[in-house]
This record gives sequence, C-alpha cells and structure tokens, in this order.
Amino acid sequence: MGTHNYNLTEQFEFTGKAKTLSIVAIVVGIVAIVLGFVQGAHERTFANLLLMAYYFACVCMSGAFFLAVQFVAQAGWSASILRVPQAMAKTLPIAVVILIAVIGLGLYTHNLYHHWHADGLTDQNSANYDKLIDGKSAFLNVPFFMARQVIFLGVYCIFAVLLAKLSNNEDLEGGLNSYRKSFKYSCIFLVIYGFTTPIFAFDTVMSLEAHWFSTMFGWYNFAAMWVSSLATIAIIIILLRKSGYMSWVNNSHLHNLGQFIFGFSIFWTYVWFAQFMLIYYANIPEETVYFYKRFEHYEFWFYLNLILNFLSPVLLLMDRDNKRQENILLTVSIIVLCGHWVDYYQMIMPGTVEEHHKFGYIEIGTAIGFVGLFTFTVLNALSKKPLIAKNHPFLQESLNHHL
Amino acid sequence: MSNIKYILGSFGDPDELMHGIDKLQENNIKIYDVYTPMPIHGIEAKLGIKRSRLDILAFFCGITGTASAFALIYLTSVVDWKHNIGGKPALALPDFIPIMFELTVLFCAFSLVGSYYASTHLFPGRAPRVMDLRATDDRFIIAIDAQQNVEHSKIDGLLKDAGALEVKHNERKYISYE
Repeated sequence: MGTHNYNLTEQFEFTGKAKTLSIVAIVVGIVAIVLGFVQGAHERTFANLLLMAYYFACVCMSGAFFLAVQFVAQAGWSASILRVPQAMAKTLPIAVVILIAVIGLGLYTHNLYHHWHADGLTDQNSANYDKLIDGKSAFLNVPFFMARQVIFLGVYCIFAVLLAKLSNNEDLEGGLNSYRKSFKYSCIFLVIYGFTTPIFAFDTVMSLEAHWFSTMFGWYNFAAMWVSSLATIAIIIILLRKSGYMSWVNNSHLHNLGQFIFGFSIFWTYVWFAQFMLIYYANIPEETVYFYKRFEHYEFWFYLNLILNFLSPVLLLMDRDNKRQENILLTVSIIVLCGHWVDYYQMIMPGTVEEHHKFGYIEIGTAIGFVGLFTFTVLNALSKKPLIAKNHPFLQESLNHHL
Repeated sequence: MSNIKYILGSFGDPDELMHGIDKLQENNIKIYDVYTPMPIHGIEAKLGIKRSRLDILAFFCGITGTASAFALIYLTSVVDWKHNIGGKPALALPDFIPIMFELTVLFCAFSLVGSYYASTHLFPGRAPRVMDLRATDDRFIIAIDAQQNVEHSKIDGLLKDAGALEVKHNERKYISYE
C-alpha cells in the first residue's frame, strides 16, 4: 500500500473562465439589486438579500462544521479533501459581514422583521399594540437581537478561521501539535454550534413571522444548511477534478459524500415532516397559520420543495453505483442546492412580501450574484494554499481510501 | 484418490495472504474460499466475488413493510371502522406515514437478520461452520478444494513459498462439527 505519485504541493490557480464568470455573476447580482431598489420593490429586494445572505453564511459555517465533525470523529477518509471546506470556512467572515449588514439595514428601514419591529407594537397605549409581541419583547428587541447575531456569527467566524489556520500551521511545522489543537477546538466549537444554530435560525428566519413558533424550526434549518453545504463541497471537488486538480480523489471519496448528501436529505425530510405532521395533527390555529399561508399562496413552491429536496436525492442517489459516478452526484448536488433555495424561499417570503411574492429578475439576479460572490471568494481562498494538507496525520488513509 | 478434502494454507499476515492468492491464481489453481479474522480491502475484487444482493433484498422487504402498514391502516381505519380524529378525513395520509415508516424499518431489519442467519447457517443451538478455528483469531486461511486440484505437493509448495506458516490437509470440511 501507499505507492502513489500525487503532487502534494499542487495549488489551484484562480484564473480564466472561473474568475471571469464569477465576476460577471457578481455584476449581474449588483445590477439586479440596484434595479430592485430603483423600481421601488424595497421589501422584495431585502427579502431576497436576506435569503441569499443567510444561504451564503449557512453554507460557509457548515463548511467549518464539516471540518469540526471530521476532527472530532477522527475521520481519515476526508483528510485529502479538507482544503475545500477550509476555503469555505475562511470565507465565513465575508458572509457574516454581508448578513449582518442586510439584517441591520432591513431592521433600520423596516423592510424586514416588521412583525416584531414596528412603532407602537409594545406600547400599551398605541393603536398598534400587540400583546403577543409585547410578551416576546424581552427576547425580540433590536439591541438583544443584533447582539445575538453578532456574538453567534462572530464566534463561528473565530473557530472557522482558527481551524483553517491550524491546518496551515500543520503544513509548515508538521507533527501532531496542530492536529491535537484542532481536535480540542473542534470539540468546543461543536458544542457551541449545536446549541446556538437553532437560536440563530429562530432569530434570522423564524422571527420574520414572530407570532408563530416551532421548536423544530432550528433543526429543520440546521439540516438544510448542512445538506446544502455538503452538496457545495461535492460540487467544488467534482469541478476541480474535472479541470485536472485533486487527482487523488477517487470514487470512494465521492461515495462518502454521496452517502452524506443522501442521508442528510432524508434527515432534512424527517425534520421537515416532523414539524409539518405535528402541526397538521394538532390542528391548533396559531400553529397552522404557517402552513395555511403556504398552501394558499405558495402551493407550487411547497410541493416543489419536497420534490427537489426529498424525491430527487432519494431516487437518484439510492443506488450505490450512482453515488460513485461524478456526473450523477454533480447533478443531484445542483438539484439539492436549488432545492434549498426553494426551501428558504418559502420560509422567508411569506413573512416579508406575504402574498405579493414573485419570481422574476430580482430573485434570479440576487441568487446569481451571491453564487458568483461565493465562487469568487471561496476559489480565491482555495488558491492561496496547496490543495492537500500534506502533514495531516491521516493523509495516507485518505489517499488509500477504499469502500 | 486420497481422502484429503481441503488443503488449508495458514498465513500470519494479510499481505502474505494476498501474495499467496496471487501465486495460486498465476498457477491456475482454483481457490475455494478465504477466511480472515478482519476485513481486507480489495480482497473481493481479487477473488472475483460478486457484489452482495443484500441491498436489493432490503429494498423489497422494506417496500413490503410499507405496503403492509398502508394496507393495515387503510383496511382498519378507512374501510372497516371510520374514526373522526380531529375532524380529519378518514384517509389522512400524513398520519399514516410514521407507521408506514416504522413497519418499513421493521420488515427490513427482520428480513436482513433472517437472511444473515440463512446464508451463514448460524442458527441457535447449531455449531457454526468453521474450516480452521484460528481464522477466527489470528490466522489468515486460504482453502483449496483438494478433490478438484490434484497436484497436492505443488499447492503445498506454492503456499509455503508465499509465506504460509502451516499447511493442513483436512479430511473433513468443517472441523467444528463433532
């Protein structure tokens, strides 16, 4: 075993078509957002900005989560592909700045979170007084809300950058020191992440409809962000392989990623269904209002969500051989990524633009813009370091990975 | 014709075992089976073992479970005795799904345990089929059918050359039966 001739100093060059296209996509996104504001669709544009900024941040922070899970599980198979989630983790600070800016501006201009942030909602003498929101105002008030966002996202950023940095130190120094530190910080990060992501999802998305609540919502969002991040990792690795990089990634690595995407798509469906069925079964008006809105005005998106995120991964990835074929895995990953856009769309739109939702140039343009931004920043981060962590203690296991 | 039924080459190291398999295959000697105390990567491909059809069995057993659960709930609470539960229609599909899911898992798990017992002949109270007891401990065993391959001394030589610590000529197939 172990007679490979891989170039362990191989480095990704971020030039040519990838760079041009991602810059074009960013420009398209900026044009769409500016046009949206110029044409007076403020709320709709803000909702789209929130959707994509949230998506962007979630994919990047789940990249850091992927790293932490690999370290804590002492996984060997993934040692040779860790630079891809590391690049995503390094991008997290940019995503966080954008998300906090969108949330802050949305609150300031009253385009987002107007269910709990409007004049007189907590003033007993006002005509706008809302007893439910007043009761929740100890938690849902602007200073505490923004503080939570900044602290949670800031802590995720610190750990994401730290894990990427330790891996770079490992490249330079060798030895087990960096690995041990990564293990320790990963343990701490997972505990913090596990307890705070549900609250982060409650704040960022669920509070758009502040009268309604669901305790499943946090895990539902966690499943969505985790599976979309896995799909992104798979897409980046497959595209790198197709353009001649990462020759050490074999079908067994793809198989593992395919299992992850398959398994967590089902986990997403499980959590989605658990939330839906309890509300359906109990039939309490203050809970069913959430699905009532979605059935009335978003029926197409509601069912499309299930088809893209449950049926397509289940049917296309169930077979072992399909998980090992890069074209099928790439197709499913792209379907799942589009699916989770639809998922976020029908989470966010009914709480912002209500029944006046549209699917037009603002939606498509904003999505393209953020995809371009993600591609640009992640590939830029990826091109800074060699594509393999050459001193990772489990590297040989990963290079010989066989299922 | 000798009474020898099986020739067993006993190796102490998986790499030497793989080497032994190569040697035998180069000389066109058919290997009956290989027993190892731990899984060895790539050995299935080398021995030309076909992929297990366990997944297909699992799928069909699972589907049977789903169908049984649906039939059970449908016949009892839609056809036979309708209940008004929370004003819902009798055929309230979301309510059925957890039970359908559970029976899918149950049927799948039971059938897999059953097929495992059937294929390994491991039934309670029955002695297991073992050709060499140390294959369950620290030895890697290659078994060759001695009736089909008559050049016994050549096989012995090949196994010894490849690093076999011991070569046994067994007159019984399974030594674990009394």
